[in-house]
Amino acid sequence: MSASLQMTEKSIKTLRMKKRLFTLGPLIVLILLVFFLAVINPRFVSGVNLANLARQSSILLIIALGQLFIILMGSIDLSVEGSMALSSVIIGLLAANYFNDNNFGLWAVLIAILAGTLMGFINGVIHTKLRIPAFMTTLGMMYVGLGLGTWLSNGMNLPILDEMILSWARGNTLGIPNLTFFGIGIFFIALFIEKFTRLGRYIFAIGGAEANAKLAGIPISKYKIMAFTLAGFFFGVGGVLNSARIGAGTSTAGLNQLFAAITAVVVGGTAMTGGTGGVVQTLIGTLIVTVISNGMVLAGVHSFAQLAVQGIIITVAVILTLDRSKLPFVK
Amino acid sequence: MSEIVLEAKNISKKFPGVQALDNVSFKVNRHEIVGLVGENGAGKSTLLKILIGAYQQDEGQLILRGEPVEIRSVKGAYDHGLAMVFQEQSLLPNLTVRENIFLGHEDNFIRFGVINWKLMNQESKRQLDKLGILISPDATFFNLPFAARQMVELARALAIEEVTQHEPIIILDEPTTVLDGDEIELLFSKLKLLKEHASIIFVSHHLEEVMEITDRIYVFKDGKNVSELKTSDTRISQLHQLMVGRELKGEYYRESKQREPEEDVILRVENLTIPNQCKDISFDLHRGEIIAFAGVEGSGREAICRALAGMEKPSQGRVEIEGKQLPFNQPNSSITAGIGYVPQDRGVEGLVLHMNIGANITLPNMKLVTKYGIINHEEEKTLATHWIDRIDIKAPGPDALCLNLSGGNQQKVVLAKWLASKIKVFIMDHPTRGVDVGAKEEVYELIRELSHQGCAFLLIADTLEETIGLSNVIFTIKDGVITNRIDSPKGNKPEQIDLIKHMM
Repeated sequence: MSASLQMTEKSIKTLRMKKRLFTLGPLIVLILLVFFLAVINPRFVSGVNLANLARQSSILLIIALGQLFIILMGSIDLSVEGSMALSSVIIGLLAANYFNDNNFGLWAVLIAILAGTLMGFINGVIHTKLRIPAFMTTLGMMYVGLGLGTWLSNGMNLPILDEMILSWARGNTLGIPNLTFFGIGIFFIALFIEKFTRLGRYIFAIGGAEANAKLAGIPISKYKIMAFTLAGFFFGVGGVLNSARIGAGTSTAGLNQLFAAITAVVVGGTAMTGGTGGVVQTLIGTLIVTVISNGMVLAGVHSFAQLAVQGIIITVAVILTLDRSKLPFVK
Repeated sequence: MSEIVLEAKNISKKFPGVQALDNVSFKVNRHEIVGLVGENGAGKSTLLKILIGAYQQDEGQLILRGEPVEIRSVKGAYDHGLAMVFQEQSLLPNLTVRENIFLGHEDNFIRFGVINWKLMNQESKRQLDKLGILISPDATFFNLPFAARQMVELARALAIEEVTQHEPIIILDEPTTVLDGDEIELLFSKLKLLKEHASIIFVSHHLEEVMEITDRIYVFKDGKNVSELKTSDTRISQLHQLMVGRELKGEYYRESKQREPEEDVILRVENLTIPNQCKDISFDLHRGEIIAFAGVEGSGREAICRALAGMEKPSQGRVEIEGKQLPFNQPNSSITAGIGYVPQDRGVEGLVLHMNIGANITLPNMKLVTKYGIINHEEEKTLATHWIDRIDIKAPGPDALCLNLSGGNQQKVVLAKWLASKIKVFIMDHPTRGVDVGAKEEVYELIRELSHQGCAFLLIADTLEETIGLSNVIFTIKDGVITNRIDSPKGNKPEQIDLIKHMM
């Protein structure tokens, strides 16, 4: 071994520092943003608004975490809004509602989430078994979900009457919005999957070097299907919770969530190329996205302009987070 | 008195924590072939990258034809008459030969935004003629054999003469890696021809080639330029000594530790056939045995290895491991059965570079560190630390990313990965490619030690010397068929010529 290639203590430290800075970067951005918004509008840090923030970020967090696992594999899941539409319409039809006499309670919730999960499973199967690129597969499935949702609901809102389901998104417990507990719960589930399960490890391996993962004997297709199924599950949960928040089952339950979720993942520091990033980063990314849109509302920015700002943010985030020096080319 | 066309004066380059080049000076004379040799990490590639503008030196100066220059990009280097023929061929496979030759330098052929294809054809032909090579300028690059592709790369470098009005200085980085014997001869004959109107910097791990083709040789070690030699006054052993800093031991391949294989067959291959790759391959691999496949690139030996690893699908045949039939085309079945594949390209197939050592070691066999499907990180660290100590992986710790290890140490992580999974049969596809001499010896030592523990090896070696030095038995393979079986016992090793006549 030639001495010049040996890593010195110092070089290891610099590398660690760089890595830490990379993870810390988004956190610093978040703190600066909060500080900045608090200065220009003290209402931003009021108890009411903080509760608002917690509520607004919860559903986005759940969806972003689903998307995270797919992006970590170097793939993308565009079916978010379709899966959410389907699960939302299903809960609108099966829980106590204005339109029919169904009142399946928790069973309705379960079936709605299962529908989202099934969408993810189908995504995975089509992508791996028929070898269709993920973006095309999931784009198709998005329209399948939206179409089914619109058809089943006749294009109408299906107001939900089930008080328990509605309370998930509306009530507070100990001054904290109920929705936040769901967000925290899913966050820890995702963190556990990332750190302590084979699926989590393999997702990183597939995203880092798929050929090697295959050589190591990992059944790639199986784990890809599992990851897409998991994402579908998260989207289903997101669809149900968003229905509770809106108070109705609707095929538009996922509107704008796809882009917001991808933004949250990428702003947090997960590379679109896969292999690096994670759950904690996505939490920070979600908070950044929520804080910005909340701040824009407080500052009175027009809602369409808000979308444009979001577009700028994701592009800037990709510029900052992607280590493009390592990319051989960009497509 | 020869004229100096390129001079590098006191070049230094530092990367975080590594002094890649330390006050290096060297010269290239007009119409001369200069060899650069040194272990991996000695600084050769850093110097080349500075010459072609991919890196900038921290200190020192480049002087081209007497003028100090600053080279900031590959294009800039080209404009100064410097071009590199890359180790992995770098041109665009989907374009034609002529487009590749003038890629990035189409200006001379464009009038009012339209490319004059006829003129480009003519000019391409002129470059290919300089090499005395008959390649159609409108052939698609992808359809050419490797040797022809390299000729196109050379033609591209030669086009410097017309494009920039300079005599070209051509850098060849490991040009023979992808070529077989005849093709290497062809390349060398062309290089000798080119010497008439170009200067050449030739970098290779194969010292015999450097001895054959160069006029002068620079030896690099640890970022320093340790010696400058006239090729005609130099012996290979001398180069070895300068590169390693010590005389190469006669015991390089640890021949004294070569063992007699045991009686029982661990891997039996019968009539293995892969369409267009190999036909009716049959052999027995015994416990503790090292079988080497000798053959040129494309002879089918790589395909056999990949098929055994479950990465390629045979059309017929039967593979038994310890008497049990192995299903085809399932990498995980091969691993469960006890076959571990050490691929040629560590970066692409050997390791997940962004993951740490521990995670890479447990990747094929997570059961080692999971309970009820939950990963125990402490146990993983202990396991990784065990292997780091056991086979002497030089790394700051079990959670170091493989990205930050040197080639030799990455290769050891690949081996540790399989050792931890209790692999009995190792399939090694160029295990020492791109690994420096010192680390090579450690790999050989490890192979010997494992064979004494009963592991068996199928080996595609980097050189014939390595093939002979390591193996118990050699199978020569030509055009997908085993042409001969040659014993290679301790103390009575066959000669290279005995193999070559069955390979070519």
